[in-house]
Amino acid sequence: MTTIETAAGPTEPMVLNMGPQHPSTHGVLRVILELNGETVLKAKPVIGYLHTGIEKSCEDKTYSQCITLTDRIDYLAPLSNNLAFCLAAEKLIEIEVPKRAQYIRVLLTELTRLGSHLVWLGTHAIDLGAMSVFLYCFREREEILKILEYVSGQRMMTSYFRIGGLALEPPPGWLERVQRLIDLMPGHIDQYEELLTENRIWIARTKGVGYLSAKDAIAMGVSGPLLRASGVPYDIRKVFPYSSYDEFDFEMKTATECDSYARYKVRVAEMRESLKIIRQALNKIPSEGPFRAEMPGIVPPSREEMKTSIEGLIYHFKMFTEGFAPPPGEVYQAIESPRGELGVFMASDGSPKPYRVKFRAPSFVNLQALPLLCEGRLIADTVTCIGTTDIVLGEVDR
Amino acid sequence: MESREAGKNPVVQRLRDWDPQAVAEVIDFRGETTVVVPRQHLLKVSEFLLGQPDLGFSYLSDLTPVDRFPLEPRFELNYHLLSLHRKERLRLRVRLPGSEPAVTSVTSVWPTANWHEREAFDLFGIRFEGHPDLTRILMPDDWEGHPLRKDYPVEGYR
Repeated sequence: MTTIETAAGPTEPMVLNMGPQHPSTHGVLRVILELNGETVLKAKPVIGYLHTGIEKSCEDKTYSQCITLTDRIDYLAPLSNNLAFCLAAEKLIEIEVPKRAQYIRVLLTELTRLGSHLVWLGTHAIDLGAMSVFLYCFREREEILKILEYVSGQRMMTSYFRIGGLALEPPPGWLERVQRLIDLMPGHIDQYEELLTENRIWIARTKGVGYLSAKDAIAMGVSGPLLRASGVPYDIRKVFPYSSYDEFDFEMKTATECDSYARYKVRVAEMRESLKIIRQALNKIPSEGPFRAEMPGIVPPSREEMKTSIEGLIYHFKMFTEGFAPPPGEVYQAIESPRGELGVFMASDGSPKPYRVKFRAPSFVNLQALPLLCEGRLIADTVTCIGTTDIVLGEVDR
Repeated sequence: MESREAGKNPVVQRLRDWDPQAVAEVIDFRGETTVVVPRQHLLKVSEFLLGQPDLGFSYLSDLTPVDRFPLEPRFELNYHLLSLHRKERLRLRVRLPGSEPAVTSVTSVWPTANWHEREAFDLFGIRFEGHPDLTRILMPDDWEGHPLRKDYPVEGYR
């Protein structure tokens, strides 16, 4: 341990434990801080308090059963996790998802991104003292959760995407609800910006705090808004488009200041871009068409088919008892989740249960860069840094 | 799994031209290229892929171990690399025997590997030589056993 020179003689730094139970660590995160007064000399994140063995459990379930587990990884953006897993399985099996399902997936994933950024903004702001922003953000998030409940039956852990498309036909009138929400959203985002963007206190607490250079960001494998606010133009939706994102017109938002204020601006700008994408998706989604690919043996038959034809019944039975067996091989599919690069590595050995599923969680990798952001600054800045990294412990620990 | 020894991928070609022994096998599956590297060559290959300006694989996305028990070599380590300016992904695979699952750490090449390697050690028991702090990361510090190995039951021991 280092010694610190004080007026009263040499002394050791104070070791302070922040978490795992702490209102500002956004979950069960423990950060061991070595302090000299209020200055952080060293910060060491300790994780594992939310480890539930999701990857091990996936090896024991069929591919369709795993989808419900994926919701719980990044629990603030469950549809993102569903999408990543389904895309990886679809890549492995080589299924072509119908365009209608792809557009609906894009719409719902962007809605989830909006919801996730609202939680980020609300909790980040309340950590730094701006309490009203929290309530406003959660008021809007309520609307998003209501739409998700209408479409999938569940507010958060939707499991709405399935291998080959969607789980169910979306109910009538849902597009009008989405339209109503996104007509009001720009005004709400303006409201948040009015409260924060030029607020002296906000600027004082976030400008220059949590500096992460582009070189460090790339070396630490950081992704998402954290990377883009350091000036690196890497957004998987643009670089390796998936689920027909290349048909949508939106911008990748970057910043060059590499601090928490830049990340705030990048995420708010991303919220506006998400609205743009949703608006385009609303126009693109055909009112009729299949919501799931046709692939007997992989995609289960519809309820009607199952109840009226013997083949439907046989397929249904086989699929829900045994599951389907993809060809042996390994794939890696990454998507741009609200937090960064969410990757799914899937290894199959030709059996109905995945041989190995690894979730490359963006928060796990971004959290590793936390010491680079915090060290040398005050404890209060550690709270800003944890908030700006936008971690979700479900992802970090799995 | 399709295996094409030809490896038409230009990156693989560069690797082969630089050191033919570094490329044991090339696998091409679903549009993804995997280069199987013998474990003693891993560090050199990593430094080559990072250092060459036209390759520039500076981003390590993920480090995934797979346990192939009871087959040998038991462990497979998959390094998912990304070159930002080439907009290209590449996977390196290293096969490790079950009796001695150890390989050189790549934290000197990609610092992000630090926590990935700790996770591989914690859940699989793979040792990384030269790692600055190879301790458990997800399981409690006094845990015995490596939970994601295939011979570790999914319900645990209790």
